Amino acid sequence: MAGNVDALFIFLLILCGMMALAIFTLITIFAIRYRRRAGHEAEQIEGSNALEFTWTFIPLGIFLCIFVWGAVIYFKERTPPQGATEVYTVAKQWMWKFQHIEGQREINELHVPVGRDVRMIMTSQDVIHSFYVPAFRIKQDVLPGRYTVTWFHATKPGTYHLFCAEYCGTMHSGMIGEVVVMEPAQYQTWLSGGAVAGSLANTGQGIFQSLGCSTCHRFDTQGRGPNLIGVFGKPVLLEDGRTVIADENYIRESILSPAAKVVSGFKPIMPTFQGIVSEEQLNALVAYIKSLNPPPTGAAGTPNLKPPTGQTPETNR
Amino acid sequence: MATATVPTAERENYLNKEYGIKSWLLTTDHKRIALLYLILITFFFFIGGFFALLIRLELLTPAGDLVQADTYNKLFTMHGQVMVFFFLIPAVPAVLGNFLVPMMIGAKDLAFPRINLLSWYLLVIGGVLMMYTILTGGVDTGWTFYTPLSTQFLNTHVVAAALAIFVAGFSSILTGLNFIVTIHRMRAPGMTWSRLPLFVWANYATAIIQVLGTPVLAISLMLVALERIFGLAIFDPQRGGDPLLFQHLFWFYSHPAVYIMILPGMGVVSEIVTCFSRKRIFGYKFMALAVIAIAVLGFLVWAHHMFVAGMSLYAGMMFSLLSYFVAVPSAIKVFNWTSTMYKGSISYNTPMLYAFGFIGLFTMGGLTGLFVAALGIDVHVTDTYFVVAHFHYIMVGGMVIAYLAGIHFWWPKISGRMYPESWGKLAALIIFIGFNLTFFPQFVLGYLGMPRRYWQYSPEFQVLNVLSTAGATILAVGYILPMVYLLWSMRYGKIADENPWNAAGLEWKTASPPPTFNFDETPTVTWEAYNYDELKEAPVER
Repeated sequence: MAGNVDALFIFLLILCGMMALAIFTLITIFAIRYRRRAGHEAEQIEGSNALEFTWTFIPLGIFLCIFVWGAVIYFKERTPPQGATEVYTVAKQWMWKFQHIEGQREINELHVPVGRDVRMIMTSQDVIHSFYVPAFRIKQDVLPGRYTVTWFHATKPGTYHLFCAEYCGTMHSGMIGEVVVMEPAQYQTWLSGGAVAGSLANTGQGIFQSLGCSTCHRFDTQGRGPNLIGVFGKPVLLEDGRTVIADENYIRESILSPAAKVVSGFKPIMPTFQGIVSEEQLNALVAYIKSLNPPPTGAAGTPNLKPPTGQTPETNR
Repeated sequence: MATATVPTAERENYLNKEYGIKSWLLTTDHKRIALLYLILITFFFFIGGFFALLIRLELLTPAGDLVQADTYNKLFTMHGQVMVFFFLIPAVPAVLGNFLVPMMIGAKDLAFPRINLLSWYLLVIGGVLMMYTILTGGVDTGWTFYTPLSTQFLNTHVVAAALAIFVAGFSSILTGLNFIVTIHRMRAPGMTWSRLPLFVWANYATAIIQVLGTPVLAISLMLVALERIFGLAIFDPQRGGDPLLFQHLFWFYSHPAVYIMILPGMGVVSEIVTCFSRKRIFGYKFMALAVIAIAVLGFLVWAHHMFVAGMSLYAGMMFSLLSYFVAVPSAIKVFNWTSTMYKGSISYNTPMLYAFGFIGLFTMGGLTGLFVAALGIDVHVTDTYFVVAHFHYIMVGGMVIAYLAGIHFWWPKISGRMYPESWGKLAALIIFIGFNLTFFPQFVLGYLGMPRRYWQYSPEFQVLNVLSTAGATILAVGYILPMVYLLWSMRYGKIADENPWNAAGLEWKTASPPPTFNFDETPTVTWEAYNYDELKEAPVER
């Protein structure tokens, strides 16, 4: 990604450099050649429609090309590839907390393997922050109350700056950290070091049990809440007729504001867990629910798109 | 040009007609009100400049060592608020526009002279509130008041600062309203729309933005205050609010506000480039159309401040595309100014030096705008020093320079005295050098990844920061110089006749300083704007 951004940047530097140089040269030439002196008089020119149209439409054409180029890069930056390693991030005044799928947790340090797509699923505990790694040319604001996502693919081992780029109060400039990019083998060593209770999904499962979620969200068709197996990433038909994709933000919202988007065929009886689960626990729950999806082995998992037929709850597969 | 045989200083004019503090504070003369504004915003310019100097001093070293982190945050917050709302926005419209728009269209005053005075008092009240905020401990929201930081997490004078800006906003709305009505209704016989000086067009376009945009700022600040005082949950995600909504509301005003801060400057430069090239403006119609196009398109690009804020992918693309459209009329203006010089008879007086500076720096600011409007690049450089450099090139390199250009150009008209030319040229040069040294390194810093609003920073950024601070010191000297010699010239400057530049424009067809009602009799206009072919060549430069 850094290469793409730099290529456009250098292109713009050359293009704009030439435009600026042309204008400055013209001004200098005119200022010298037509300086006020005895025997020289200004020659009046009204203007020229041909010229006006030229310098309206040629720049417009150039600008549109820049727009397309910039938008293509943006599209890539905003579209994480399938199968990326996921890291959950909680930003707070003034630190970065990372939760790896494997269960490792870090503060202000993020270890990632070289040559792998890494997808950052981020939220904030308080104000707006911004996840910025200049070396990767990526930045994404991190908001309270929702997930935002960015991704990168590190190509060279090393240690890179991580900055908070959105002003977040007193120690904004202290909300910095490091991204440590490691060779895969080293990364494996790093992963296996340290005492880890279990994967993030395991932690999530524990929370799922202890909060009693499993009493309603049973893994059969008898629960008072939808069966969650295979739900993630699929369209869900809601009570009001809308269809939403069950992404991370949907799961998050369904835990914190369950009444907002009730699944068709169910009653809004779930209590809110706002203030009961922390952001980290929420991440673990999301990771757990995602882990309930069968591994992608072909046509497994049909969308939970059942017409609202009375009491028939969601079915799966 | 020895037409005025009576020494101007002895004629009755707007300055010597009445004396005493009351005659100033209760005046309804647009020229006196312009001077009241001049005093007020000069005061705030130096307050804001002082904050800027402290910011630059803190950034001399990577460690946060000169002031506390909270103090630093207050400094950049109040630097922004003071400079934007109490200097840049009123600068050209309320000072030069107030003084010149009625004269340029051949009117005796603005349409609503009392409302004009009210606008000034509103800015004074806003200014008093701002000073109260500053003196009782300040505010550290960033000038942008982003929620939920501003609503739930800070215990500084957020409401007072918001109120200060709220009140100042109404001053701006009333000024805009006054200009719109004046330009529609008070033009002298023969002063058709197509004969209006471009300065008037620019102020007209600005007035439209002021009237349509500023209320939205008032609403957003009001909501912040209500959320703080009464605990509403409009921007609180915990209770179903949306912090991004604030950003949309804020930038809906604050992006067009950038054009409030640059269009009038463009107007000034059009007057000066023509006068010192002895030329008609190249492409008058396109120049007039361009300012209107900027004012209209400027309302459609606000979310380009939010490409990484969490908006949808496609919203980002739309706002990027529209941002490129607004770049076109700006480019047209630069090309036309350049072409105006072609085959002119160019002299290098101080206002023209500033105009050269404006075109150069505005071009740099505009071209770097192409960088930040490109989505892929903006993701990297937004919220870094690249953006800081970009908008300072527009606002300081553009607007402040244009403002100084205008102050020098019309100083003989305002004060009846000439400023000292060589001091003027020296200051212009110092400001140009100091400005570039301050802000050019910041482009590099930004691309290297230094985020803005950082109290302490990584040591590898130090060299460029030292350069920037050195530049700021030079810039400060450059700003103090005109302050000194302009004050000096009010008493000791050479007495100016009614048209020392032999310039076109109705404001030059009356005495310097003008009488209270501007013209002894209402002029009738039979010529196009910038009829330099009909004016005698100005004398060869001294």
